[in-house]
Amino acid sequence: MDRFETRTYDVLVVGAGGAGLRAAIEAAEQGVSVAVVCKSLLGKAHTVMAEGGVAAALATTDARDSWKVHFRDTMRGGKLLNDWRMAQLLAVEAPARVRELEAWGALFDRTPDGRILQRNFGGHQYPRLAHVGDRTGLEMIRTLQDKTVQAPRIDVFMESTVARLLTDDGRIAGALAYRRETGRFLLLRTKAVVLATGGIGRAYKINSNSWEYTGDGHALAYDAGADLIGMEFVQFHPTGMVWPLSVRGILVTEGVRGEGGVLKNSRGERFMFRYIPEMFRRDFADTEEEADRWVADVVAGRKAEARRPPELLTRDVVARAIAQEVREGRGSPHGGAFLDIASRRKPEEIRKKLPSMYQQFLELADVDITREPMEVGPTTHYMMGGVKVDPETQAATVPGLFAAGEVAGGLHGANRLGGNSLSDLLVFGRRAGLGAATYARALTSEPRVDAGRVDAIAAELLAPFERSAGENPYAVQDALQDMMGTYVGIARSADDLQGALAEIEQLRARAARVGVDGNRQYNPGWHTALDLRNLLTVSEAVTRAALARRESRGAHTRVEYPDSDARLGGVNVVVRRQGDVMAVLEEPIPPVPEELRHILEGKE
Amino acid sequence: MEAVLKIFRGDGTAGAFRDYTVPLHEGMVVLDAVHWVQAHQASDLACRWNCKAGRCGSCSAEVNGKPRLMCMTRMDHFPPGEAITLAPMKAFPVLKDLVCDVSWNYGVNKRVPAFRPRPPEPDGTWRMQQADIDRVQEFRKCIECFLCQDVCHVLRDHDRKDRFAGPRFLVRLAGLEMHPLDVASRTAHLKEEAGIGFCNITKCCTEVCPESIHITDNAIIPLKERVVDDFYDPLRRLWRRLRATS
Repeated sequence: MDRFETRTYDVLVVGAGGAGLRAAIEAAEQGVSVAVVCKSLLGKAHTVMAEGGVAAALATTDARDSWKVHFRDTMRGGKLLNDWRMAQLLAVEAPARVRELEAWGALFDRTPDGRILQRNFGGHQYPRLAHVGDRTGLEMIRTLQDKTVQAPRIDVFMESTVARLLTDDGRIAGALAYRRETGRFLLLRTKAVVLATGGIGRAYKINSNSWEYTGDGHALAYDAGADLIGMEFVQFHPTGMVWPLSVRGILVTEGVRGEGGVLKNSRGERFMFRYIPEMFRRDFADTEEEADRWVADVVAGRKAEARRPPELLTRDVVARAIAQEVREGRGSPHGGAFLDIASRRKPEEIRKKLPSMYQQFLELADVDITREPMEVGPTTHYMMGGVKVDPETQAATVPGLFAAGEVAGGLHGANRLGGNSLSDLLVFGRRAGLGAATYARALTSEPRVDAGRVDAIAAELLAPFERSAGENPYAVQDALQDMMGTYVGIARSADDLQGALAEIEQLRARAARVGVDGNRQYNPGWHTALDLRNLLTVSEAVTRAALARRESRGAHTRVEYPDSDARLGGVNVVVRRQGDVMAVLEEPIPPVPEELRHILEGKE
Repeated sequence: MEAVLKIFRGDGTAGAFRDYTVPLHEGMVVLDAVHWVQAHQASDLACRWNCKAGRCGSCSAEVNGKPRLMCMTRMDHFPPGEAITLAPMKAFPVLKDLVCDVSWNYGVNKRVPAFRPRPPEPDGTWRMQQADIDRVQEFRKCIECFLCQDVCHVLRDHDRKDRFAGPRFLVRLAGLEMHPLDVASRTAHLKEEAGIGFCNITKCCTEVCPESIHITDNAIIPLKERVVDDFYDPLRRLWRRLRATS
């Protein structure tokens, strides 16, 4: 252990997307020393891919909006499985967090009277997403990045991967990381860790995520003994690109529909009218005429009085609808649906409001979206489940461990609304940074790092080099992604899920045999080999949680149980490590207090 | 259908181009070909990438000698049957294969004088007209792929990283200087530290920008004018001297 580069900090932030950077900024402002470790270069985290906008009830575009409506939309979108306190904090604090970004230099699109312009999105009753064309995430990450590099007390370790967390008598003591460039180990002693590692999308073949999304934070927390909740809820975004193969899964922003885009099947029908769930029937247009009136109002910048088009239903509903249209033979030539904005808006408006989409389709798919429809279909996009945290401080169930953003569970319940992930990053990134700094400062004794444990982990990480004729790590990852897409996708059955568990065991055996060529210096084969462990852990957690939830709710659909079960509507499925066994438990969800229940029932 | 890639393999001290034959499919981009090589022929082939949609600026390289994002470069862009050459960016030290050390850029960014907004209006927010932020939003489209840095002859051929910040950071400085809320002045920084005088507006940066930012016309030339106004206008020079003595 002594031969490793060793650094000591009060707070270690793992991940440099929006949540990690916001946490680091906050912790540093509290006066503690902070390290940020990220797998890519700074500013490349998956937050840059967020397109549509950040949801906050600023009420600049429609004065009828308020935190109460945002809270209700979030809870209803999550099928009431959300942690109510987190949903409340999100709705109350998001406006201040967005304005704070503006004070740090972010430039959101404006209303005619010079305020922040807000856009419509699925599941949000009013235009609520502050945005910058379709590159909102880039604006956010650049603002946070520039704030971070100029902040005192933050050291950034770029292109470094945290391999394991280290604990001392059950509380956080540090982390062992490796620098990707050199392959050398980096031992970080710390009092507190904020996990901000994002999601698990790379467990699936068709996904909208970058290579980084291998469930690191979920697996690190699980290994350290923390509880994970809601792991059965994987969001399949309804509109990913489906053709050509090369771009399959890449995201097409919901902003296309927010700007008036419509979904059609191969017969030219706007099929979403047939899929409006009972719970939302009151709020959505039931004729094309009414839906078009809503679009006309929005385009003209008027307050929309008509009900919203069903294309703006929540993502779980739209993704399932597209899957069903395809299954019943009404899909597009490459197995998706048509998303048409060309016939709804003028070419110059499309290029102004959706410049990245325009460029992405033109260059990668030879499709001019100002003239012809896009082909879209579901793609693995987001993990609603994650580390169980205290809503106020984001503290996990392991002392010294905190989590924010996608890796944390609870906020989004069974389905996340678009735009809420960006406000999540800001609101709970800040709270996690504050929570971790407060914890670190209050700690009276320095946690100790077990040298023997560090050496054992290091040996384990280097083992693939001993097996140069072993399994190809890319082949194992590929097989896992295929299997998860086939057995643990949008519609799940007990047989498929049991099959998945058996396959996971076999893949784990293969992963133990992977070998790599070359040396430790910037070696993607080795990195892929090490990522397998986390991917397998999260795949097993998703599968076991999906087996335990014998109902359909939000993003989780069980073919044998097509309806929601009232009893399961009151419980979280918890995944916890017990020795070498993944235990699955049920835990009651704290009931919504009286005054908030009124809001949910629309009485306020 | 197949294609041959000649990929640079090596590090800062030594290396050579090696041939890899990859199967082609419709819509395939160069980054797909690199991934195929990693998965089937050379698992330790180093390259950076993230979003695979031209949004993060990670997969910069020189494809047939031209600085490009590999994820946005279609294989069918090249004549069939001819080998495609892949090399790391030339303006930066090579770490391994297609990956180079771009840390210098992060150091430059750290020294950029921070955003300093004017006080907000009584309600705590700011009013800005879209027309006034359009030009700054153009600069903020930058994805930090550093292709403009790679192609800039001041950095690429003359290696003046000690004196010149490069087009990327002139764009960043333009985004701050022209920000309607910002009240700081960065002309001294532009002149001295960023070395804006080194740019002789050959527009190579503008040509390679994957975000189509008009780097030279919209960012660098207006900044040069500001520097000239502040430092070389005789009246202003006199004014500055008077202020300095008073």
